[in-house]
Amino acid sequence: MSARRRVLPGFGLTMGLSWLYLGLIVLLPLSGLFLKTFTLTWDQFFETVASPRVLAAYRLSFGAAFLAALVNAGFGLLVAWVLVRYRFPGRGLVDALVDLPFALPTAVAGLTLTTLYSHNGWYGRHLEALGIQVAFTPLGIVVALTFIGLPFVVRTVQPVLEDIDADVEEAAATLGASPWRTFTHVLLPSILPALLSGFTLSFARAIGEYGSVIFISGNMPMKTEIAPLLIVTRLEQYDYAGATAIAGVMLAASFSLLLAANLLQRWTQRRFEVRPG
Amino acid sequence: MKSSHLLSLLLAVVLALGGCSKPADARGEPITLLNVSYDPTSEIYTDINAAFAKQWEAKHGTKLAIKQSHGGSGKQARAVIDGLDADVVTLALAYDIDMLHDKANLLPQAWRSRLPDNSAPYTSTIVFVVRKGNPQGIRDWEDLVRPGVSVITPNPKTSGGARWNYLAAWGHAQRKAGGDEAKAREFISALFKNVPVLDSGARGATTTFAERGIGDVLIAWENEAFLLTQELGRDRFEIIVPSESILAEPPVALVDKNVDRKGTRAAAEAYLQFLYSEEGQELAAKHSFRPRSKTVAVKHASRFPTVSLFTLDEVFGGWKQAQQAHFDDGGSFDRLYVPQAK
Repeated sequence: MSARRRVLPGFGLTMGLSWLYLGLIVLLPLSGLFLKTFTLTWDQFFETVASPRVLAAYRLSFGAAFLAALVNAGFGLLVAWVLVRYRFPGRGLVDALVDLPFALPTAVAGLTLTTLYSHNGWYGRHLEALGIQVAFTPLGIVVALTFIGLPFVVRTVQPVLEDIDADVEEAAATLGASPWRTFTHVLLPSILPALLSGFTLSFARAIGEYGSVIFISGNMPMKTEIAPLLIVTRLEQYDYAGATAIAGVMLAASFSLLLAANLLQRWTQRRFEVRPG
Repeated sequence: MKSSHLLSLLLAVVLALGGCSKPADARGEPITLLNVSYDPTSEIYTDINAAFAKQWEAKHGTKLAIKQSHGGSGKQARAVIDGLDADVVTLALAYDIDMLHDKANLLPQAWRSRLPDNSAPYTSTIVFVVRKGNPQGIRDWEDLVRPGVSVITPNPKTSGGARWNYLAAWGHAQRKAGGDEAKAREFISALFKNVPVLDSGARGATTTFAERGIGDVLIAWENEAFLLTQELGRDRFEIIVPSESILAEPPVALVDKNVDRKGTRAAAEAYLQFLYSEEGQELAAKHSFRPRSKTVAVKHASRFPTVSLFTLDEVFGGWKQAQQAHFDDGGSFDRLYVPQAK
């Protein structure tokens, strides 16, 4: 690596600074977390993270986050498509709207969604008539996580779509490809890596979400209790080690998933790479 | 030992450099106190702080400012343990202040006996709020376990206020059954079958009840119940006082380590004493906390209905025991939801 002459100067300096920055901001706090966990014996650790209640919370947190990311992957792609491909009045406004979930304090989002979906709210009133209860059920959790995860998919897919020339689609059409075939064989391969990374970001963000979910979830043990809430209840008991044990498992699981997604993304990129030329 | 020597040496160097070898209040400089408190006390301490600062200035001729911090009681205690520079803490339950001793040795173990009335200058109790006209006919604790009655109370694992609610219900059932714990467990189990939502904090539960229209009855602190009926309208809600309830004693304490380091001990002590003065007691009553002072209490007797009150110490033997038996992992609350947990 270092033997080759680099075109851009400053590799050593920038690399060093990057490591320092990552170390201070990410690695050091996280290693503190694991150090605290190590004050537990293995038995205590397993008793904490493998109790039925914690397992139920993990299932809920990861499951709801996955569903929300899936919904976002579909609708986020649609929104990105509309924003890139069509020119319509108010497009700038829609574009700005997409980022709102980033900016809104999560507690506000949670309260607003709960107001809308509880049985006297605007949505909840009609959904309840259909026999669908959203607030204070796992479905409500998925709704909140979908809300906070939307920008990730739109913002990762959007630039990639912008880079694809409309000529490519026109060429496919001229060569006799149906619109569906154009989508699956021409467009999807190019945007799949970006879509995957948007999905992963949205998923990762949702796993750890606390602020918006606790308002809409109802927090019933074994039913609608998310893993981050269990961490907070541990802290309320001044059980720092137990809290970090639950958090450590979440972190390890999230990291493995992110790593797997990154590898998958690289693989798809190589496999479907569209070579210019 | 060694590290504490090093620490005190460092401290001495810092103090010498800063030139504050004399306490701040002895040098006639303006003093700033930090009162770390819990959620529903912001209104009462705004008034208390203004009144105390005025009194201090008149007496000592120096300026005094009091900063406030509010949040969940447990969260606030953890912030102080982690180094938030509180001169005094005024929290929802004694357990959180006990932890300031246990986890960080910030104050002596016997902090509760340093001030009168278990270091709780004002008290409250746990009452019910029902919808106007009391359509479900809620009169007492027994009505809360009737099938079909929906009860709103926050999650005792995350809310200090909810722990008072839980212990009030448990204590009532246990006393009524002549001390039979199994009966109390049955009662609590039936009660929580009627709880559809466990909000993470007391204000969240109030919102669920008042704004979302969920539940027939809200279990709440008396001061919160007053606030709810005053702010959101007497025409929508009614307060129901049960036959007996728990004496909720939100305690206050001096954080010795911090005041000694900052040189604010005299001012902080005077601040806590002020809470027991007639003026402080009047302000507590004004904000719907029950005053300890007999003379002040008599003046406000019409606002606070008489109710038979039991203390946490007499039924549960103190906060540490109560916390361990009911709210720690595997405690009675967990067993309501996870039958296999031991």
